[in-house]
Amino acid sequence: MATPTRSAPGIPRMSRFSGFGLIKQAYRHQEHWQRMWRNPKPKKHYDIVIVGGGGHGLATAFYLAKMHDKVNIAVIEKGWIGGGNTGRNTTIVRSNYLWDEAAHLYEHAMKLWEGLSQELNYNVMFSQRGVLNLGHNLQDMRDIERRVNANRLNGIDGEVLDAQQCAQIVPIMDCSGSTRYPVLGASWQPRAGVARHDAVAWGFARGADSYGVDIIQQTEVTDIVIEDGAAVGVQTAQHGVIKADRIGCVTAGNSGVLAGYAGFELPIESHPLQAYVSEPIKPILDTVVMSNAVHGYMSQSDKGDLVIGAGIDGYVGYGQRGSFPVIEHTMHAILELFPQVSRVHMNRQWGGIVDTTPDACPIISKTPVENLFFNCGWGTGGFKATPGSGHVFADLLAKGEPNAIAKPFNYWRFRDGSLIDEHGAAGVAH
Amino acid sequence: MFLIHCPYCEEHREEEEFHAAGQAHLPRPLDPDSMTDEQWGDYLFYRKNTRGEYRELWVHAAGCGKYFNVSRNTQTYEIYATYKTGEVLESTSQMSVGPTGSVLNYRTADKEGS
Repeated sequence: MATPTRSAPGIPRMSRFSGFGLIKQAYRHQEHWQRMWRNPKPKKHYDIVIVGGGGHGLATAFYLAKMHDKVNIAVIEKGWIGGGNTGRNTTIVRSNYLWDEAAHLYEHAMKLWEGLSQELNYNVMFSQRGVLNLGHNLQDMRDIERRVNANRLNGIDGEVLDAQQCAQIVPIMDCSGSTRYPVLGASWQPRAGVARHDAVAWGFARGADSYGVDIIQQTEVTDIVIEDGAAVGVQTAQHGVIKADRIGCVTAGNSGVLAGYAGFELPIESHPLQAYVSEPIKPILDTVVMSNAVHGYMSQSDKGDLVIGAGIDGYVGYGQRGSFPVIEHTMHAILELFPQVSRVHMNRQWGGIVDTTPDACPIISKTPVENLFFNCGWGTGGFKATPGSGHVFADLLAKGEPNAIAKPFNYWRFRDGSLIDEHGAAGVAH
Repeated sequence: MFLIHCPYCEEHREEEEFHAAGQAHLPRPLDPDSMTDEQWGDYLFYRKNTRGEYRELWVHAAGCGKYFNVSRNTQTYEIYATYKTGEVLESTSQMSVGPTGSVLNYRTADKEGS
């Protein structure tokens, strides 16, 4: 497997992480670890500028450098890398989507996840511990059977389980049938799981940097420079104008703002989505449980804390915090499924801004402005797609035309009606 | 938790009694048969999504059941005003509000806001 240890001219060669290296550094009192990426001054011109240094933006830069031999690339980030939604999600990775277009996209990502730690030479702690999507009524079960069958036709693993099988996988879950919304069964994707979200951003950043990509943090894009209908650069608050032949915007909740700079609109609404982490407790849950009907999802991290998520706030918001009623509803849902965690305290609660599209599918597309490309609208489920999103967007940025996977996710589908309606098909309704 | 003033009940009530129903002041097309696909797409799917002062429709679902308009800041979550459907809210100096009731220019609102 190729590793990102090749160095661009002028970039010091990066040493590989290995078990031997760990031992070596331990004897050197952990004081000589190499820097993970540089902190370069921006050049005046790049071949490709990527706005947004989250997982998707960094993955795009990495695959551009690796697959397409582009090295004159900058990633411009307003804050610090991975400080936005990459560090705010509940780290679930799965690919059991109903429609062919979405299934191909997320399965493409899943296949990249499976070799990602080796590819990046960085442990992203991808753990294929399986995901259960519960059904609580007859219609849920019909939808689950339909989705699992669709998945299997697309070569994606999936099984329909009954309540007893669910109880075997998750003994602490109340599958008794005496609850208000009894667990009737579930869809089960064994290859799904979780990954360490920060490590994904750091691994891609380190990988991209090793190829010579400039990662420019603390630099806010305040305008997109357009000449004769084509984007030619970005205006930044800290470093003036940075010129680029092609610009890729991967800015999640702020995509609408950037599109506004370029003079067009996106069919996106930004909503707060919140998550919670409990105090660490002993291992009780070695998989991911999601429920559409009672509307909550939970996994347990390696540290032992319960990672819980739920629905978005119904209104437009940029506040990076969630509303109190949603906290209450989420806890209702979790306690319905796991009554014995009722005394567990929540340590932290936070919100991220998700960019939701009318059909709950992303936009990976050219735009009305030439040389300007957008990868946005991932809504509530962007993390699971990080490597796949970066991979297909890198292809789009390098060639100027979308490949077969990205093509259905074009910007114009909201006007010609070719929507990919994943709203009801996703494991959790949003 | 929002405390929202329902202009019909004339009371401040908790957010849980209400549902947000999207952007306000979106008139239904008067002549649907003559609309192009592009115009339909705009009407159905494109919303202002403003960061700053935003006009939105809420419904008092667990109360009177009526729809009304809210002027709210989507960054600070401050509610400036609520008013009945069909009414017009006078714009203040800090809002650059267009005929559809939304802040027209993302750039101005954003730069001044940050």
